[in-house]
Amino acid sequence: MAKFKTDKGKGSPAINTSSLPDIIFMLLFFFMVTTTMRENTLLVRVKLPEATEVQKLEKKSLVSYIYIGEPTNQTLYGTNSRIQLNDSYATVGDIQEFVAKERQARNEADRKLLTTSLKVDINTKMGVVTDVKQELRKASALKINYSTRKVLRK
Amino acid sequence: MAKRAAPEINAGSMADIAFLLLIFFLVTTTMDVDTGITRKLPPPVENKNENVDVKDRNVLKILINSHDLLLVNGKPGNVDNLATKVKDFMAIHLNNSAYPEVQEKMIPELGKKVLMTKGIVSLKNDRGTSYEMYIKVQNELARAFNEMKDEQSLKFYGLKYDQLVDDKKIKLINKLVPVRVSEAEPENVGGQ
Repeated sequence: MAKFKTDKGKGSPAINTSSLPDIIFMLLFFFMVTTTMRENTLLVRVKLPEATEVQKLEKKSLVSYIYIGEPTNQTLYGTNSRIQLNDSYATVGDIQEFVAKERQARNEADRKLLTTSLKVDINTKMGVVTDVKQELRKASALKINYSTRKVLRK
Repeated sequence: MAKRAAPEINAGSMADIAFLLLIFFLVTTTMDVDTGITRKLPPPVENKNENVDVKDRNVLKILINSHDLLLVNGKPGNVDNLATKVKDFMAIHLNNSAYPEVQEKMIPELGKKVLMTKGIVSLKNDRGTSYEMYIKVQNELARAFNEMKDEQSLKFYGLKYDQLVDDKKIKLINKLVPVRVSEAEPENVGGQ
């Protein structure tokens, strides 16, 4: 009597997945290392302008940020451009104190290298920015960086 | 009593745990590199009446009004050709009264005197100027000075400025091409 081979139990062999955790762990470590958690929650809408001649900000720990733009919650705070320092709205008068606090938080050798990064929305009028710059001058925080997005020259 | 062999831990769910963590970090990651135009503010003025006299021909005056229009040395200007204008102004023109004065300056690193222009770019904006326009102008100024630095760097070292590694060389180029942009004390001219 002829014997017939049955197809039963002859599906494609299972892929060995024992190294899957290793692969995933590798990816995990990559993302863990590259992650920087956002320090501030933005209360103002900031769309950065574009520029071609940009420099990278070297040490992130030596940068303090000032955000200027329209409030995200416009029903509550209106549409006028506001300044954000740390996690709250501020006025021009608060800037000197802010700079002093930022200086205090760094050790003495780094204080001279402190850069202030201005993250300003493109639709902001220069009036506010000029006021902020004047305050920074008074606080002698003279190194500033106008934060921009890098685009390639056309 | 005989020692029981420790039961093997089931590692099958290890991948799931790792996946969960991976997804968490994927979501929270922001990989933005901060870039921008770096500038140095002038130190605060102590005496407001003290004015530094600069000859008129040595200054390229750039004004931006509240409608984002440019005035370059009294004539309406355009952002697109601003960099060329600045480069032309800052270039060395001997015995030409339409351009800034030229002086010889001793550069110790080179061991000789080098002709340098006395030109300054003065930038003035209104309180109503938009930040976008201001950055455009700043960008064009930065471009003009970067191109001049590139030229000098190519002349001396055969490399572009941003390819220089040696600190001494970078310092020398910065000395030869100082970024002379002055920002006027703010004034309210055109209203908000």
